[in-house]
Amino acid sequence: MSEASAAAIAPLPSISRRISATLRRDPVLVVAGLLALALLVLAIAAPLLSPFDPDQQKLLARLRPPVGFDGARVGYWLGTDQLGRDILSRTLHGLRLTLALALFGAVVGLALGAVVGTISGLVGGIVDDLAMGFVDLVISLPFVLVALLVIALAGTDMLVLIVVLGLAYWAHFARLIRAQVLALRNLPYVEAARASGAGGLRIALVHMAPNIVSPVIVMFTLNVSNLILLESSLSFLGLGVQPPTATLGSMVGQGRDYMASAPWVVAAPAVVIVLVALVVMLVGDALRDRFDVRLRER
Amino acid sequence: MPSTLLAIALRAVRAAVTLLLCVTVVFVALRAAGDPSEQLLPAETPPDVRAEYRAAWGLDRPIPIQYATWLARIGEGDFGRSFADGGPAFDAVVEALPRTLLLGGTALSLALVVGLTIGVAAALRHGTALDRGLMGVAVLGYSMPVFFLGILFILFFVLHLRILPSSGATTPWHLILPSVTLALPLAGRIARFARTATLEVMGRPFVRAARAKGLGRIAVVVRHALPNAAIPLLMFLGIEIGLTLSGAVVTETIFAWPGLGRLLVDSVALRDLPVVQAVILTVTAIIVAANLAVDVLHALVDPKVDLARTLGSGR
Repeated sequence: MSEASAAAIAPLPSISRRISATLRRDPVLVVAGLLALALLVLAIAAPLLSPFDPDQQKLLARLRPPVGFDGARVGYWLGTDQLGRDILSRTLHGLRLTLALALFGAVVGLALGAVVGTISGLVGGIVDDLAMGFVDLVISLPFVLVALLVIALAGTDMLVLIVVLGLAYWAHFARLIRAQVLALRNLPYVEAARASGAGGLRIALVHMAPNIVSPVIVMFTLNVSNLILLESSLSFLGLGVQPPTATLGSMVGQGRDYMASAPWVVAAPAVVIVLVALVVMLVGDALRDRFDVRLRER
Repeated sequence: MPSTLLAIALRAVRAAVTLLLCVTVVFVALRAAGDPSEQLLPAETPPDVRAEYRAAWGLDRPIPIQYATWLARIGEGDFGRSFADGGPAFDAVVEALPRTLLLGGTALSLALVVGLTIGVAAALRHGTALDRGLMGVAVLGYSMPVFFLGILFILFFVLHLRILPSSGATTPWHLILPSVTLALPLAGRIARFARTATLEVMGRPFVRAARAKGLGRIAVVVRHALPNAAIPLLMFLGIEIGLTLSGAVVTETIFAWPGLGRLLVDSVALRDLPVVQAVILTVTAIIVAANLAVDVLHALVDPKVDLARTLGSGR
């Protein structure tokens, strides 16, 4: 409290000083955050940065190694795959699609979970019991099973994949948001809002949402990391994004057969998947450590 | 004791309800996607065979009767015939199941030994470089996708060193790479969990008392801390069984291990729905049974089992 009032009186420290202060307190968050930003820029700028069309085949330049090895072809920095496609361009585009799918899936999951969790928490009673019973059931089953059932029924298609990724974590969001809503519901300021005539929707959006944001951001980040792995695994198994479109997982899956003679086909996308998932997870962990007061002392 | 029995009975009922709900969800999903005879029979099936199938499975009857027929069939282990080989879908599951149990069991034991050792060691050296190093390895272990680990192992042990086989399930050697691949992420999560659980127990007064009477650090951990951390660990493992089985889907595909996971992926690719539903319901049954076993053990071991929590579905 005293710190906050002191900060209110003193002039705001300069930006560079604030950054160096954060760096000292949370080096992991800063490094992981910068890496995440760099990967995001690479993904967004993929069409500009890629030297070639990612799907363009050149059968005369198949399985060429990266620059610096015997047989490398000028311009193909990371080599070419079994169909003579540029691996750098495919990795950049794959990163773009993988990140887009994971972010979109997390947003859909958050939206669904927010609706179910808020209604469940605010209405209570039998609605709450039924909704949370279903949420518990969904969470207790490994989601890969549900995903594979949906894909078996609906086939492999980009739209199906988006639905699957969106369904992956809605129950986790619903449970978290319901718990937060329950904790806030009987606080005096919410009662005051209700007494002054605010409706359920207004209370949820204006009074509760700002207080739920930080745990939701943490869960969102961790779920993006999990969705990257889920999308990669499905595409690796050949059940996600279909060829010739590149995602990181499908590049690894299709390059697997050439691993013995041309390991570079698999190396670049595999390393990028691990890097992306790790960086996003580190950001999530660091955010959680910051937001969660109970963990600070450990 | 009667209250323990009641708690166990309630949990058994809950497990049965869960299983019934899952079966119902699969039923609804199959119906929502259209006429199941379109989905469950190969496309080239002649119309008269199709009509016979519809009659046999009650597909020409009202939905509640369809549901009852379907439940009765599934109860007898009849999931329809596989498109792939024309045999009963459940036979394929029965053939693959022991191999997955072998792989999963090996991986689980391996992960427990490695994970507990690392987690307890990190907790005992809390705050040191060893702690941070071990936890860094643990995070790396579970954030690496299973297929990446598998591919690394194949590159190194199969293609580079040429000391281990990469695919099939014919000799015990074939078990090594897939089980290690499956175990590593699990070991990472167990290590992290064991570290927290140990740290928590080590701060309690009875541990300080045991130390005060002259017991060494290791003895305190083994005799006093670990038994107290066993209950949360047990609950944690209940959840991990599901994750291990989904990890097996990818692991078995990479190493061509002919278990349930590979059967599931192959059937999904072929859209062989009878086999898909048979695998999914079998795996669900295993998970529900494992969780029930964990609950029962918990009720027997822990005198503090809370009936209210059982009734309140774990909230």
